[in-house]
Amino acid sequence: MADQQPPKDVNGKPQHEQDLGRRNFLKNTGLVAGGLVGGSIFGGLLTGGLDKKNDNIAKNDSNKGIEVTQARQFFTRHQDFKVLNAATEQILPEDELGPGAIKLGVPYYIDKQLAGRWGVNAYDYRQAPYAIDLKAADQTAGPGGEQSILDRGMIFLLGLRKMDEESQKRFEVTFDKATEEQQIEIMTDFEANKVKMKGVKASEYFILLKQATLEGAYCDPLYGGNINMEGWKMKEFPGAVASYANYIESDDFAKLDPVSLRDYQGH
Amino acid sequence: MVKQLKKVDAVIVGSGWVGGIAAAELTKAGYNVVILERGKNKKHEDYIGTKDELRYSKRYDLMQELNKDTITSRNSMSKEAIPVRNNMNARLGNHTGGAGVHWNGIAFRWLPYDFEIYSKTVERYGKDKIPKESTMQDWGITYDELEPYYDQYEKTAAISGEENPIGPPRSDKYPNPPMKETPNIRLFTKATKALGYHPYRIPSANASQTYTNPDGETINGCVYCAFCEEYGCDFGAKADPIGTVLKTAHKTGKMEIRNDAFVNRVSHDGKKANGLIYTDTTTGEEFEQLADIVVLAGFVFTNTKLLLHSKIGQPYDPKTGQGIIGKNFTGHFNNLSTYIGARGFFEDKKFNNFMGAGGMGATIDDFSGDNEDHTNLDFLHGYEVHYSQLGSRPIANNAVPYDTPGWGKEFKKNSIKYYNRNLFITPQSGFLPNKNTYMDLDPIYKDALGNPLLRVTVEYAKQDIARAKAGVARCEEIMKEMGADKMNVDVVKDDTVFDHKFYTDHFFGGAIMGASPKNSAVNTYSQMWDMENLFVVGGSSFPHNSNYNPTVTIGAFAYRAAEGMIKFLKEGGNVAVKPLEKNA
Ligand SMILES: Cc1cc2nc3c(=O)[nH]c(=O)nc-3n(C[C@H](O)[C@H](O)[C@H](O)COP(=O)(O)OP(=O)(O)OC[C@H]3O[C@@H](n4cnc5c(N)ncnc54)[C@H](O)[C@@H]3O)c2cc1C
Ligand code: SF4
Repeated sequence: MADQQPPKDVNGKPQHEQDLGRRNFLKNTGLVAGGLVGGSIFGGLLTGGLDKKNDNIAKNDSNKGIEVTQARQFFTRHQDFKVLNAATEQILPEDELGPGAIKLGVPYYIDKQLAGRWGVNAYDYRQAPYAIDLKAADQTAGPGGEQSILDRGMIFLLGLRKMDEESQKRFEVTFDKATEEQQIEIMTDFEANKVKMKGVKASEYFILLKQATLEGAYCDPLYGGNINMEGWKMKEFPGAVASYANYIESDDFAKLDPVSLRDYQGH
Repeated sequence: MVKQLKKVDAVIVGSGWVGGIAAAELTKAGYNVVILERGKNKKHEDYIGTKDELRYSKRYDLMQELNKDTITSRNSMSKEAIPVRNNMNARLGNHTGGAGVHWNGIAFRWLPYDFEIYSKTVERYGKDKIPKESTMQDWGITYDELEPYYDQYEKTAAISGEENPIGPPRSDKYPNPPMKETPNIRLFTKATKALGYHPYRIPSANASQTYTNPDGETINGCVYCAFCEEYGCDFGAKADPIGTVLKTAHKTGKMEIRNDAFVNRVSHDGKKANGLIYTDTTTGEEFEQLADIVVLAGFVFTNTKLLLHSKIGQPYDPKTGQGIIGKNFTGHFNNLSTYIGARGFFEDKKFNNFMGAGGMGATIDDFSGDNEDHTNLDFLHGYEVHYSQLGSRPIANNAVPYDTPGWGKEFKKNSIKYYNRNLFITPQSGFLPNKNTYMDLDPIYKDALGNPLLRVTVEYAKQDIARAKAGVARCEEIMKEMGADKMNVDVVKDDTVFDHKFYTDHFFGGAIMGASPKNSAVNTYSQMWDMENLFVVGGSSFPHNSNYNPTVTIGAFAYRAAEGMIKFLKEGGNVAVKPLEKNA
């Protein structure tokens, strides 16, 4: 299967051919092609210390910049990621209002979050005994697998694979290849806890999946979701606006261009 | 081994409003103070450019790190408690400034009725009106006695507000006028007036103009950026301990805040506290900070845990009703006292829902406390109904009418459509103490240092459910009048149980105050009856929960406690025995 191929980088090259050296990084992001390389600018970019001077670089090349960060940190199997793509798109589909989860960057957002401290429940209380027998546990004890021994990364992996397995069992196709109706049927059953999972309830996994999808759609773009602030534009949320003192009393709806934290912090 | 540190005049657990007020007053009076704060060193600079919903509202960057310490909870004495494992269910203060940094700034006073609830109930309705399971009691102090301290806190914290048409008497007006008025607030005000109620603007610690407080600290004017709740203010416009009381204490040169210092125990000889034992969480070393007076200002859970774990006072036993430490736990609970109400959806109106400030809004007090005649009602205490415009942020706000599915095409369409077309009003209701709602030490679970976690047991009584139902019905009436085309009205079921969420941070009890050691742990100066150089300050001393947000009342009692501490350092003894004149 094509899926067994080593994953490609953003320019279609196999991973092993990638060179993370500075020069190739520059080439890949198109900064060299744009002829804008300069020591100070480059140094600024890598440390995240963008100053006003190189704003135009980032803008000219904004899409390439995003693609560089669209590589998987957490998910190792491409198939898991394909299921994630399909599932998040069902939660927030593309329509006439604007992009869906995939175009908003949600799957990559989730991948990054699971690779970080949220994915391993770093600040959560993690001492035994766990209420692993979830039937016996108080059902109101907290959603999202709060009382599970599994961390969020594991819950996602098990959940996505279970959805795939369910699809193959019911429809003889992988989840990502199933029809829209079939995908919705499976997800509805997960939400209603009609599918048996080990270590966590299917409905709790689903709550996590939905929460993470909305986060990826509407977070600040710095996290890799809400690409180009398209999520905010759909919702007419203006982002990190400094002051509303001049609008606050007005009866008119304020249509404002959104501002990201990168713009807002301005350094 | 525990290393002893040189004695200071006062050692305080926690750098929130309570610890900050104690530190400011003690250092101004010439005493030297050490604050032990488990959280990180934070300054206003840390909150510049803070408008990041994911980091602060979804990853709870400023809240208690539950991996180090948490609580366990259960909703019936017959069950085993389970730990609160993640911050989706607990938003408690941490870091310099505590919860006072990431609060909204809603700044109510409580009612005269609250402080004398037992006698006023008996007087108006007779003894039989008090339910059997209730453990409500008078506080040993009246509103009039507390009023000067209310005034002091309001002036320190730049409170912006207008006179409540049916509120308790005030010695002075608010130091600042109310915040600007939005169309959303106007709509609520108009509707409640039309129904014959008495709306007024919620008093707030988001300053309506630049203001300098009596200690000389400046609080900037709010710009309505809508990143208040769960955030530190970007502009120094929300009164918090960092910019007010801690700053004042710093200026004296007599305060040290020691961060990353996790307090485990009060050291004592049974009669007198010697100091606090804490772990430096950056090295794991244990220290004992000696002091003449010891102040517990670590919020309800820490205060109660420290008393129980250090074996000070007699633990409350729900079976016998004996003992006092851990008694009368109350709070604003998510599925009962707040976050329920009526949500209206408007087809043709569009609101600037994304603008606002944490304490901005309007409310009615017609049903607060005992303002309504309870003769024919099956509950005591009441609710205030408010609309508050703290600013809807996009991850958290995806409300859709009940007939819309929770995800998929329809959901996307409606969650986007109604984002700026829905308004929510809520009744925040009181909660009265009962025999079976209390705190003790958990028999199973331990904190990161191996000490037992605090266990919280919460049973809702019939009257609490009846009160919540009445409040929601009122919201429905008002939302209809506001002209909503569609409504989601929450249903409070008769069998609603506590849902293990400690999200409101409005919690009380554990070391309650009173006029006598028979029914209280501390006197009205928050001084322990059993250990006179130990002050246990904050919501932990409140015998019950009102229908209002607590911080102004917590601040007022912190000022009174600080006065008691100074008096004790000068004269010793129980400072409540001969009541003090307020030195204005
Ligand atoms: C999101 C949010 C919004 C709120 N909005 C409002 C509002 O609008 N109006 C209102 O009236 N109230 C509001 N509150 C509640 C308000 O913040 C609290 O009532 C108030 O801050 C309590 O002050 P405190 O000093 O008693 O406790 P805290 O502010 O909790 O301070 C306690 C401090 O002690 C430290 N500490 C605890 N245990 C230990 C230990 N073992 N060792 C060392 N240090 C320790 C903590 O880290 C913390 O810094 C809100 C709370 C939250 C969380
Ligand atoms: S709304 Fe006002 S008080 Fe709140 S964070 Fe913004 S400027 Fe500060």
